[in-house]
Amino acid sequence: MAALMFLKGVMKKMKVLNEMSMSFESRSANESFARTAVAAFASQLDPTVGELNEIRTAVSEAVTNCVVHAYRDTIGSISVNAKITEGNTLTIKIRDKGCGIEDVSRAMEPLYTTAPEEERAGLGFAVMQSFTDKLSVRSKPGRGTTVTLVKRLSPRLSDV
Amino acid sequence: MLLKPKTKFDGKVLTVYLSGDIDHHSARKIREYTDALIGEMKPVMLLLDFSAVTFMDSSGVGLIMGRYRIMKLYGGSVRAVSIPPALRKMMELSGLGCLDVLERGYEKNESA
Ligand SMILES: Nc1ncnc2c1ncn2[C@@H]1O[C@H](COP(=O)(O)OP(=O)(O)OP(=O)(O)O)[C@@H](O)[C@H]1O
Ligand SMILES: [Mg+2]
Repeated sequence: MAALMFLKGVMKKMKVLNEMSMSFESRSANESFARTAVAAFASQLDPTVGELNEIRTAVSEAVTNCVVHAYRDTIGSISVNAKITEGNTLTIKIRDKGCGIEDVSRAMEPLYTTAPEEERAGLGFAVMQSFTDKLSVRSKPGRGTTVTLVKRLSPRLSDV
Repeated sequence: MLLKPKTKFDGKVLTVYLSGDIDHHSARKIREYTDALIGEMKPVMLLLDFSAVTFMDSSGVGLIMGRYRIMKLYGGSVRAVSIPPALRKMMELSGLGCLDVLERGYEKNESA
């Protein structure tokens, strides 16, 4: 039932109730800034501690990928956009204009990494997938990558 | 992590008390600090104590795996102990359980 309502919502283009955007340099110190900012924005949906932790972790994975892979050896710009739509849904887009991904489905396989020497585990996409309700990745080699995370939060009493 | 982690060494077991957020940014410092201690003290076992860790992403998994490899080179082992509830989903997903790195009895506390 909830899934059906969600699907309907996607097709009807859910009304946006609130939105925020930010961009910052791909410095590793900004990883904690980004996940904390998105979590602070999400907190108006009154998420559980667990949900908030999942949002924080998924955002950290996506932003770290921009720092480590997209702008390897350089500093570039990372943009984050978050939208709250009807039905307690949070949609987060993380965008870079870095190196892009040659083969997205291969990159999304658990344990696949192009940076084993940097002690990457190849788990980032697997974590984003299991900590959110929907993950999609669009990428163009040489142009950049956009990761979209959708998280549906548990209904709050005030909505019933 | 601004301060160096607290550590303890009893001649065999080196314990490193991690704290705060473990991400790609903080993992580098933890890695350098821990590896220097391992090289110096040559412990039989490395205990990574997670009780004061507030956040961890896959960078923490890489951190544990990397220490696992180094300790194996020395013929030693690694244990991650006192894992807070907030980190459990990440630990489960990591596959570290198969390497016998997670604290024994950890799975049993899962549903608690
Ligand atoms: N924004 C990006 N730009 C370019 N390449 C990327 C980007 N995100 C991911 N990749 C590629 O996809 C691979 C898999 O990413 P994933 O996050 O799953 O693992 P990882 O970053 O290698 O390791 P971990 O996240 O466990 O530290 C990366 O190794 C990299 O080659
Ligand atoms: Mg990653």
